[in-house]
Amino acid sequence: MDILVCVKRVPTVGGVITLTADRQAIDTKASGFTISPHEECAVEEAVRLVERFGGSVTVVSLGPVAAEEQLRACLALGASAAVLIETPDGVETGPIATAAALHAVASSGAFDLVLLGNEASDTGDYQVGIRLAHLLGRPAATGIKALTVADDGASLAASRTYRGVLETFTLPLPCVVTVKEGINLPRYPSLPGRLRAKRAAITRVPVGADVADDFRMTRLHVPDVPEKQATVLGHGVDAVPALVAVLEELGVVPS
Amino acid sequence: MTTLCLVETDGGAVTDASARALTFARSLGTVVGAVAFTDGGSVSLSESLAEYGVNLLYVVSSIDDYAPQAWARALSELTGFVPTTAVVAAGTDRGNEVLAHLGAITGLPMAANCVSAALSGGLFTITRQRWAGLLLEDAELDAPVALLTVATDAVAPVPAPVSPGLQIVAMDGKTGVVSAYAFKVSQVSAADLVVRAEESATGGGGQSLASARVVVGGGRGVGGAEGFAPLEELADLLGGVVGVSRVVTSEGWRPHTMQVGQTGTKITPDLYLACGISGAIQHFAGCSGAKHIIAINTDPSAPMMTRADYAVVGDLHEVVPALIQALRTRGT
Repeated sequence: MDILVCVKRVPTVGGVITLTADRQAIDTKASGFTISPHEECAVEEAVRLVERFGGSVTVVSLGPVAAEEQLRACLALGASAAVLIETPDGVETGPIATAAALHAVASSGAFDLVLLGNEASDTGDYQVGIRLAHLLGRPAATGIKALTVADDGASLAASRTYRGVLETFTLPLPCVVTVKEGINLPRYPSLPGRLRAKRAAITRVPVGADVADDFRMTRLHVPDVPEKQATVLGHGVDAVPALVAVLEELGVVPS
Repeated sequence: MTTLCLVETDGGAVTDASARALTFARSLGTVVGAVAFTDGGSVSLSESLAEYGVNLLYVVSSIDDYAPQAWARALSELTGFVPTTAVVAAGTDRGNEVLAHLGAITGLPMAANCVSAALSGGLFTITRQRWAGLLLEDAELDAPVALLTVATDAVAPVPAPVSPGLQIVAMDGKTGVVSAYAFKVSQVSAADLVVRAEESATGGGGQSLASARVVVGGGRGVGGAEGFAPLEELADLLGGVVGVSRVVTSEGWRPHTMQVGQTGTKITPDLYLACGISGAIQHFAGCSGAKHIIAINTDPSAPMMTRADYAVVGDLHEVVPALIQALRTRGT
């Protein structure tokens, strides 16, 4: 089973988000970078499937040269090959163009399964996987929290819980699946894995023709958090009567 | 012109998330046409739609199961039938997925998790969430039809009752009041129906985290899997459910389905009672839609304590059992 996993380099967001002066991006001078938690799970799921069925895991990222750091982290977890679709520094690619660029790589090999995170944690566009599936002419399932590939490798059952009901989608392979955190607990990289990843060659391909995007970001802003001065109800169990009074006031318990 | 709004239904009525999407759809200032994939327009559905200012309902009854690509194909067909300004859906798993398919089918751009939108001179100016709402993006959308999903934790449902009887419209042009028509979709192919949901009960039962009116949160301070029993008991007493922070699911103390946050569930309860949760910003991405927050924490400087409406400085292992006892004593 040959699997392609798509990952994106995003800033590690800590206590506060700080923007650049032109408000076009997050100020990353002091932050590290990572991939989204959903994508970490996509890599783990792919590695587990190849451990069971044999085959290969290729990771692909659309991003600057620095995204090799994230690709190497995926190689350390057990991916067998990595492809970087190189974009100029500081250029953000919209979802339509991203799907087109990933399509060029996804259609260059005979991948049985393409895995993505349900959404990238930075832009949260919720559509790259589906657009890629349409370009490939393959079925897609999104937001998946459990994946079972049939023993014959011809189909898979993908499920998620939606409004308290378990939804299961059965897809023939090849197909595209976007997953969410919780589908598995990703492993930590092994030392041999890290050493192998350090030496591994990463294939670099140029980004294809510019795809016009009719959706244009103007600026970013951090939403105002209402300045609240929390009312301290008290310390320890002594605060319980005041706590009950607040619950009454909010109508959570009858007064 | 019409703004079409995909509505999801529950027990014949519009879901809370869809009521928020309808509120957003109305803000575009056009006629709002709801699109429902159901067996028919029930009285309760038309009543709940009229409460949210819907003038028209398009009923699609020919697709039996939830099949995202087929739903999108039907919406695409409908935009050819109705002069459409925008197609709006709630930013739920289903709403985002169906509109992404619609974007792929039509080649139109799609903006997910919008907070506000305005149309001026053929150009949409939009504010949408990034980082699950920790960051907002102002953007311009230049497209013949805007595809927008709505950030359900940022847009409150506001009723705007309409008095005239609701019209139900089917694709064959028949109109009527509160009756079901078969929606004969001509463009849905077998390929569109390959991926369809088979639904089964989760066994979890009870109310969902996303729609609960009271959520009792537990974080690292709970200390372990066995520490959740008092929180469950308190949630039961308050008619709510338990939600947890990311560390709790990473440690395996509780399943990921209970996680509140950027990569978990976004909640919009009347009350979020956060116990032993320090309040990482990724957690706030999931709980900032709560109307009121009460925090219980030993550390008065924890972000959850300073951003809450009410704070109790103390150990949840002492405060929660005492609160349960107080509520039982007064017969809640």
